[in-house]
Amino acid sequence: MSMSASLSVSQSLKAWWHKLGSPRWFYEISGPWQRLFGVLALVLLVTGTVWGLAFAPQDYQQGNSFRIMYVHVPTAIVSQSVYMLMGAAGLVLLVWRMKLADMVLSAAVPFGMSMTACALFTGAVWGKPTWGAWWVWDARTTSMLVLLFLYFGLYALRQAIPREETAGRACAVLALVGTVNIPIIKYSVNWWLTLHQPASFTLTGAPSMPPSMWVPLLINVLGIYCLFAANLIGRLKLTILERERNTQWVRALVREVSA
Amino acid sequence: MNPKRRTRLVAVLFLVAGTAISVSLVLLALNENINMFYPPDAVVSGEAPIGAQIRAGGMVADGSVLRDPNGLDVSFVLTDYAGSEFKVRYSGILPDLFREGQGVIVQGELTDRGHFQASQVLAKHDENYMPPELAELSPGHQKQPNLIDHGR
Repeated sequence: MSMSASLSVSQSLKAWWHKLGSPRWFYEISGPWQRLFGVLALVLLVTGTVWGLAFAPQDYQQGNSFRIMYVHVPTAIVSQSVYMLMGAAGLVLLVWRMKLADMVLSAAVPFGMSMTACALFTGAVWGKPTWGAWWVWDARTTSMLVLLFLYFGLYALRQAIPREETAGRACAVLALVGTVNIPIIKYSVNWWLTLHQPASFTLTGAPSMPPSMWVPLLINVLGIYCLFAANLIGRLKLTILERERNTQWVRALVREVSA
Repeated sequence: MNPKRRTRLVAVLFLVAGTAISVSLVLLALNENINMFYPPDAVVSGEAPIGAQIRAGGMVADGSVLRDPNGLDVSFVLTDYAGSEFKVRYSGILPDLFREGQGVIVQGELTDRGHFQASQVLAKHDENYMPPELAELSPGHQKQPNLIDHGR
């Protein structure tokens, strides 16, 4: 009984995995998901931002400038998650040669790159009043800058190689190798002496701020993940249309829309 | 999994593991140089060089801040609350977060063991945030020496 149940679970997982290999299937099912994540992102980000910027209490030392974290922390977290997703997509592409994985690898780059740039910029704006400097070369800030350059590299590498398949594999290798930087960013504040403070949130411990401060932050973090999901699906759909433009179903779709 | 995919998977895992190992070795070799500043015990013990441009950090000792009433000159003591401390002289505007019991990082040079001439002072913020009302209820919270209890 349980064996047949687990067998059917593994079979349906396998079927889902095979379906993921089909860009057409993804294109057809993803529309509602994009709208759902888009609406969620809008609601969460507006709520979290208004709450954080207007209603959360001031910090006892920093006053209002601590509110920059309601933008800084979500963008910094999501920029690393996007990179981990690209590393996973790179692994799937190199081992299983799944077309959709290559599309994820190229569609996620602009969002991750802009989020990294945003985290560095807001960090600088916060650093000037708090630390007394726009920029310092400590382990956290430097490894985050390396992440930005990795995104630049992924973007440039794809443009530099004209053959789609070769470009995809080169990007997959770069994305995979670059994932080594993610634990360095995360633990830089624990491994070395840095100016940047250690994490205020951990999975195990209590947050080092009261709920009136961390709830809006959590809402913004969830919101930015939804925004990423909506953005990724939208970009993926465009990439699918572009790359599959010579297939029957895309031609039929275009005829249908233009008619 | 078919053999071809297995071969690719192994190759990819080797690639990632190899990169991770080489990066770790480089970071281990550079370990001391990645630290952004010397903590007070390194300044006192002689690990920090005299006369070179360095950064040092510590907590501003209570009651140690002396301001020149006619100028911007200020001097204060940086401590790790564990017996090591050194004196800093600075001339300029201090960051808003500078206060006694706060972690700071100073850039400049050691004139001798225990005396530091700073050209820049950076305030180090810790990971705790709280509203002013809560802060008044917990007067001891600023004095935790959380600047130096990690790293090294």
